[in-house]
Amino acid sequence: MIKINPLLMLLAICILIKLTPAYAGEQPESFFDRLGIDTHGFADLRAGTRITEDDYERDTSLLESRLQLDISRIGDFATFQFRTDFLYDDIPKETDLDLEDGTGFIDLREANILFSPIDLMDIKIGRQILTWGTGDLLFVNDLFPKDWQSFFCGRDVEYLKAPSDVLFVSMFPDFANINFAFTPRFDPDRFICGERISYYNPALGRRAGRDAVVNVHKPDDWFKDSEISMRIYKDISGYEIAFYGYNGFWKSPAGMDMVRQKGIFPDLAVFGGSIRGQLKKGLFNLETAYYNSKDDTSGSNPLIPNSEIRLLAGYEQELARNFSGAFQYYLEYMKDHGSYRATLPAGSHPKDKNRHVLTMRLTKMAINQNLTLSLFCFYCPSDKDAYFRPNIKYKLSDSLMVTAGGNFFTGSDDHTFFSQFEKNSNVYTGIRYSF
Amino acid sequence: MKTFLSLINVFIVMVICSAVNAEELSADKIVEMANDASYYAGKDGQASVKMTITDSSGSTRMREFMVLRKNMNNKDQKFYIYFKAPADVRKMAYLVWKHVKRDDDRWLWLPALNLKKRIAPGDKRTSFAGSDFFYEDVSGRGTDEDYHEFIKTGDTHYLIKNIPKEPDSVEFAYYNVWINKKTSLPEKAEYYDKNGKLYRRVEAKKVVVIQGYPTVTESVASDLAVGTSTINRFENIKYDIGLKEKIFTERFLRRPPIEVTR
Repeated sequence: MIKINPLLMLLAICILIKLTPAYAGEQPESFFDRLGIDTHGFADLRAGTRITEDDYERDTSLLESRLQLDISRIGDFATFQFRTDFLYDDIPKETDLDLEDGTGFIDLREANILFSPIDLMDIKIGRQILTWGTGDLLFVNDLFPKDWQSFFCGRDVEYLKAPSDVLFVSMFPDFANINFAFTPRFDPDRFICGERISYYNPALGRRAGRDAVVNVHKPDDWFKDSEISMRIYKDISGYEIAFYGYNGFWKSPAGMDMVRQKGIFPDLAVFGGSIRGQLKKGLFNLETAYYNSKDDTSGSNPLIPNSEIRLLAGYEQELARNFSGAFQYYLEYMKDHGSYRATLPAGSHPKDKNRHVLTMRLTKMAINQNLTLSLFCFYCPSDKDAYFRPNIKYKLSDSLMVTAGGNFFTGSDDHTFFSQFEKNSNVYTGIRYSF
Repeated sequence: MKTFLSLINVFIVMVICSAVNAEELSADKIVEMANDASYYAGKDGQASVKMTITDSSGSTRMREFMVLRKNMNNKDQKFYIYFKAPADVRKMAYLVWKHVKRDDDRWLWLPALNLKKRIAPGDKRTSFAGSDFFYEDVSGRGTDEDYHEFIKTGDTHYLIKNIPKEPDSVEFAYYNVWINKKTSLPEKAEYYDKNGKLYRRVEAKKVVVIQGYPTVTESVASDLAVGTSTINRFENIKYDIGLKEKIFTERFLRRPPIEVTR
């Protein structure tokens, strides 16, 4: 059934307000331009379907229309940035508006103010998207919230990053650059909970979805359940060197509260470092981190994840004109595997001590860079599973872009990380009008 | 007598050689001057650029961006390019630390992800922002990457043939450049493929003297084989504005400087 879409009406109104395309300087200024306010955005329509039957989810994997408004004003003393999506999403059952979880018809991406109280310092307060680290779709020291549901269902890859509500302070003394992010109330990942994407439920011993949506107990006391992230970085003759620290929680419900039968976010502290620079004809990156699972330092509590060492090594190179390749090796090394195995309840599927992942990205650009073909593959030899992300994008004009792609999961067991999503394998298509 | 004759021979050979050397040197010198005039005017500079790309069917695409440039030691340079249009690349920034002696360091700022992405050193003779200009046209081609040969000296221009030292690293067999004798600006370059066929042309269409520096304010690149062309129009050009080096860092990718947002 075709539904009338209120977002399209809203879009029409926005275009009327905006009136002029961004580069047509000769045309009359719009209302917002005269106030020094920059208004832009896009409308994005997307649809996708599962390629196999999933007993616990709808066949439709994606059906949404989205209108993003991006309003900013750069002043002498401060910059205001406001970017929000109005969303009509056909998939979730829950449609209550919650700006923090990102459910409902508004997904507030950014609402912040940026200013420099002194010459060597920038402060950005409010909702913002934060990213750091050297990995490509693999995150070692980046503990900012991710949106795995968006990533797996065929939304634009920018939606992998969920917003944080943060005080972000940057300092620039001569010896290094320092970033400090304080999140007064824990911002978890928008994790796989079964509503949109089915997953392996160890308690049920099978895949589950809408029949067993994950229930969680989220730490949500202001200031008590806060997160702190830090980075110190410096460029030394073309090599970018960084050190990171984090104190907060596992970002997805990695633990289990058996009494309440709820997923929990155990305490976590992370520290690590990275280096990136040129090697031969390409770029290399190395990154490592120690994940200290503070609620289970001995590794003997089967309901809390063990501490881990994570390691990432990557190399990227242009393989031919307009064709590039990037390769990564990633390792999760479980610290107390012996204790983990000893205390694991009978009948559980034990994780390996080492989880190895290899990734490959191939990107080809053609037709004056208007056509982009890309393929990203995750392959995990230890779990014997894999995830493929092919995508094609074509810019019909400066404002109109069409895209199509897929998310294909495969593996030999039901319970491993990528393999559990096998029934969610999907294809999607979308169109975006930017203004 | 024999010895005397052979001495004369040696002398003649030496004179011929030094004459050849002098001509080679001066071709090199002129190319060096042209490089300085095109890419190194002032200590620093800024410009806003409107780019119109016309494809073979006649439909057009627009790009609008600001360029900041600062000259560093030993002919190294830093560039900051900030996109204003079209909407899908708006607020993206491209940062280049150009090195004469090694590969450039390049980064792209992706505002939607708040991500500084380092770009692998790549073929600089690929399209800049989907246009007929190459990355190398924007930041300059190393003068020692080609052999330079005088073709002729006209009343107004030197015509110099440039042959790549590493032919496999580029798509052209050679290119001819017309360099204005007065301004030292290269005003036309024509590129020939391995079959000797002309397939690409870059031209300076308008030159204006700004703060004493002859400056190209309109240039066109044409792909004669495919039938596409790109016009660059430069406005708000200023030199010696005192750009600070810190502008060319991650801090000002996160927070674009007023030099590009105004």
